[in-house]
Amino acid sequence: MKDKDKEPRAVAADSLPPPSSAVASSVKRMAEEAVLGFLEKNDEIKDSGDFAAEKGISHEEIVNVIKSLNGFRFVDAQDIKKERWQLTAEGKTYAANGSPEFQLFMAVPADGISRAALQKKLGDSVFKIGCQQAIKNKWAEMGKSQVSRKVAHVDDNVKDMLVKINNGEALNQEDIDALKRRKLISPQVWKGYSVKKGPNYAPKRRKPATDLIRENLQSGEWKELQFKEYNFLAKGFPIEGGSLHPLLKVRRQMQMIFLQMGFEEMPTNNYVESSFWNFDALFQPQQHPARDSHDTFFLKEPSTTKMLPEDYVERVKQIHESGGHGSRGYGYDWKREEANKNLLRTHTTAVSSRMLYALAKKPFEAKRYYSIDRVFRNEAVDRTHLAEFHQIEGLICDRGLSLGDLQGVLHDFFSRLGMSKLRFKPAYNPYTEPSMEIFGYHEGLKKWVEVGNSGMFRPEMLLPMGLPEDVTVIAWGLSLERPTMILYGIDNIRDLFGHKVDLGLIKSNPICRIGI
Amino acid sequence: MPTVSVGRDLLFQALGRTYTQDEFDELCFEFGIELDDVTTEKAIIRKEKHLKEEDETGGDEEIIYKIDVPANRYDLLCLEGLVQSLRIFCGVDSVPNYKLAGISKESMLKMHVKPETSLIRPYVVCAVLRGITFDEARYNSFIDLQDKLHQNICRRRTLVAIGTHDLDTVDGPFTYEALPPSEIEFKPLKQVETFRADKLMEFYKSDLKLKKFLHIIEDSPVFPVIYDRNRTVLSLPPIINGAHSAISLKTKNVFIECTATDLTKAKIVLNTMVTMFSVYCERKFEVEPVEVTYSDGKSYICPELSPYDMKVSLSYINRIAGVSLEANKVAGLLNKMQLHVEQSVSEDNECTFIVSVPPTRSDVLHACDVAEDVAIAYGFNKIPKQILASLKPLPLNQFSDLIRTEIALCGYTEVLTWILCSYKENFPMLNRKDDKSTAVIIGNPRSADFEVVRSSLMAGILKTAAHNKDHPKPIKIFEVGDVTVLDELKDVGASNHRQLAALYCGATSGFELIHGLVDRIMEVTGTSFVLAGNNTGYCIELSDEPEFLSGRQANIIYKGKRIGTFGIVHPQVLENFDIPDPCSFVELNIESLL
Repeated sequence: MKDKDKEPRAVAADSLPPPSSAVASSVKRMAEEAVLGFLEKNDEIKDSGDFAAEKGISHEEIVNVIKSLNGFRFVDAQDIKKERWQLTAEGKTYAANGSPEFQLFMAVPADGISRAALQKKLGDSVFKIGCQQAIKNKWAEMGKSQVSRKVAHVDDNVKDMLVKINNGEALNQEDIDALKRRKLISPQVWKGYSVKKGPNYAPKRRKPATDLIRENLQSGEWKELQFKEYNFLAKGFPIEGGSLHPLLKVRRQMQMIFLQMGFEEMPTNNYVESSFWNFDALFQPQQHPARDSHDTFFLKEPSTTKMLPEDYVERVKQIHESGGHGSRGYGYDWKREEANKNLLRTHTTAVSSRMLYALAKKPFEAKRYYSIDRVFRNEAVDRTHLAEFHQIEGLICDRGLSLGDLQGVLHDFFSRLGMSKLRFKPAYNPYTEPSMEIFGYHEGLKKWVEVGNSGMFRPEMLLPMGLPEDVTVIAWGLSLERPTMILYGIDNIRDLFGHKVDLGLIKSNPICRIGI
Repeated sequence: MPTVSVGRDLLFQALGRTYTQDEFDELCFEFGIELDDVTTEKAIIRKEKHLKEEDETGGDEEIIYKIDVPANRYDLLCLEGLVQSLRIFCGVDSVPNYKLAGISKESMLKMHVKPETSLIRPYVVCAVLRGITFDEARYNSFIDLQDKLHQNICRRRTLVAIGTHDLDTVDGPFTYEALPPSEIEFKPLKQVETFRADKLMEFYKSDLKLKKFLHIIEDSPVFPVIYDRNRTVLSLPPIINGAHSAISLKTKNVFIECTATDLTKAKIVLNTMVTMFSVYCERKFEVEPVEVTYSDGKSYICPELSPYDMKVSLSYINRIAGVSLEANKVAGLLNKMQLHVEQSVSEDNECTFIVSVPPTRSDVLHACDVAEDVAIAYGFNKIPKQILASLKPLPLNQFSDLIRTEIALCGYTEVLTWILCSYKENFPMLNRKDDKSTAVIIGNPRSADFEVVRSSLMAGILKTAAHNKDHPKPIKIFEVGDVTVLDELKDVGASNHRQLAALYCGATSGFELIHGLVDRIMEVTGTSFVLAGNNTGYCIELSDEPEFLSGRQANIIYKGKRIGTFGIVHPQVLENFDIPDPCSFVELNIESLL
């Protein structure tokens, strides 16, 4: 599941500049106002460098503003390139201290000086260069041991030229070449702009808006408002809403289906059940494997049921032990203690047995019942099994119902779930006879998959309750989880149900269209 | 459901024909068993030992079919029973007639039950298979069936335990006794030494296979034990047999005893053993009876092989199965399920069958089981379906309701506005031009409020926002409802469209939020976000509608088709409706998403 917050936003939130840059931004505003203001009255800024000097703003700041305005087409800027001369480090010292030859000349007293003393006075490098230039200029006489002046007065032209270049003043080419040769100046490319009005020129720049806000409406400025471009290739702002659980969305649709088919809901809000209602009343023998502790959760507290309808219990005992109503029975000693054992219901059919028993106590009335609720199995949890899951159950109690009716109602039910091709396999279930496993053709998987179980409740279950002989009950059941997993392509039940679910899955889960 | 493993070739040979896997699958499906897995012995060993494909294993490459059988069909727990049932089902064989050997009571083998057995395991039933011919496959099947029965109906030997013995190594009469463990001493199966019973129990505590059965008798002061006349121990049920009477491939006469706490199940188990393997006896389907005498002097001849007769009416069968078959047809179908029937017609012309339930079919308890067998033999999938009355909802309305819930979950409050509005509201106030081909116009409006049938939900939503100026911002509202537009293709010239509209109104326009809502609607309808030109999902494209602000509006393109638009409502429109705050609005057609 992708984290929505990491997806690109259609419009980046406008971030405020950090407080430390407040001064910088005011300089920027000043520079922008200067450029736009100048162009309001003049056609062109010929040279951004001159303009910067004129306005007393750094050229760098002016350039930044011009680039930004040019980007939004407020102005059209043309590049200007100029070659300029710049003092080298050596040049800079001479501009400040005078040229070495001048320093040398000034250091030679009228009566001369020894070479050693002069070198010591000037330092090695000034002495060395000063000597060469002074000889060349014929300013000094360099004897073997003695140095003396040849002229009385000299001007330091080199220093004057260096100062001029430093001030941006022009020199003739001859002088430039001379300084260049002595590596006292180096060339430098200067970039600047000439600026004219652009197609979007306005005397004052407004920042493009990211949104229409209340103030824009109140001030009427919405009319001139410019909007930052919106990226429709990105998603909008994630919704901060709630979501319902996928399994319960499917349950809702299942409930709708049952209601449309004329079924009323059974009260299944009782997880604790007695073995009697869960098994015995369903003609499930007491030695049946399902009643083993490794299939069923029995209870330590409350361990046994306190009350059972005694006359009915007696009839159930009879039918288990020795049969009746045309049945051979199971022929074993039925034990009340087994029936009294409490458990967590293993199927909602426990509720069905209570409902049918209640129905049998009144003058007969045909009924269609359904329930979708939690059941419990003492099973190891794996990809397809949980210790608890939801059972969907539907039953019809009426006179003269047949396997044909059962198949008809199953076709109706499953075609609403999107499975219109069904076939039925004979199966065994202790409380239904005939029993049919339901297989549905899965169009996506291109195969038959088992989708549920069905059958007609055995007479050994119904007749001890007191239902009339010709009343049959057709019923079917399936889990809520399995069709949901098939529907949403989930192959690990723990991804769907329980605390190990990914909340992202719940949020992104689409509506359940079952039954539509 | 119990699973039975059988060699495919052996199975097909016994069935008298071969099947493709699909054909056999189909046969199983019709009959009510299931071909669960196709494997080889080699693969099974590999799986058990967690070996890889290339590792060398024992076992051979013979194809094995693993077949799931119903938990109440003990006769299907071995190859012999499966073959017999399927051959009869396919009409190849007829129902065998199991019978007891006609021997006199005097020459019958006897089993005397001592009263102490009632303290621990009170019942025993016995039988003899004479002149049996084993080969390796039959012998293995014979052992496997006992295992399967022990696991299933015998509830891991608690209810019933089976002992099989070479009759030629022991001498009747036999006694079934219950003695203090210290008084029982014998050499158990697969051991070379003699053990005292209490010591043997200690010994087996480390035996992986047997230790799980010890609890059945271990706390009892007396242990059940079977002796022959020479005090040779046949077995210490339900734990182990004696080594002395062990059967082998050469055994010709087998003595079978089943000790039990549940007599009914003991009889079923014994019947299953003898009916399945009497097929290999010199006299096919014949079983030699044994007389069991209890301490109260009552004696019983077992096994009980005579069929159980049940009266079932034709009308009952037809009613339950949902068919209307003739009596002869029903009789034929029942034969395929191993049930022999005799017809009789009563005075009131009611056709009734006397159904003979053979000893192999202990699962048949009631007429409903007979009716099921008819339905199976007829074919579950040929039964005509009866459709019960039920209702089908209108998909569009169901879908609308699901969408409404989702939008509400996004924090939007539902409003319900009028279909009728003024002409102004439907067109000029929305900056829209009336091209005269959109809206249904009312001819005799009573007031200006009812001039037009709305062609969009926008005006109603904006009016609601305008009337709720004092409501804390933001206002988030939505409506799902129909609009009406002119439609040449309709008889009346107009048709309804199911629309969804939502509005955000606050200090800011909420454009991105409405955009997010569009994304959410698409997500909950399972529609993916795609690039323009890809017609499998939805995309968003800049639009140019007069009711929205330029640059802040877009069309929603679903599978290549425009189904709606969202955007910041144009300030002029807001002013027209007297809304002081910026709004974003979406309207889209949800019929397309159905």
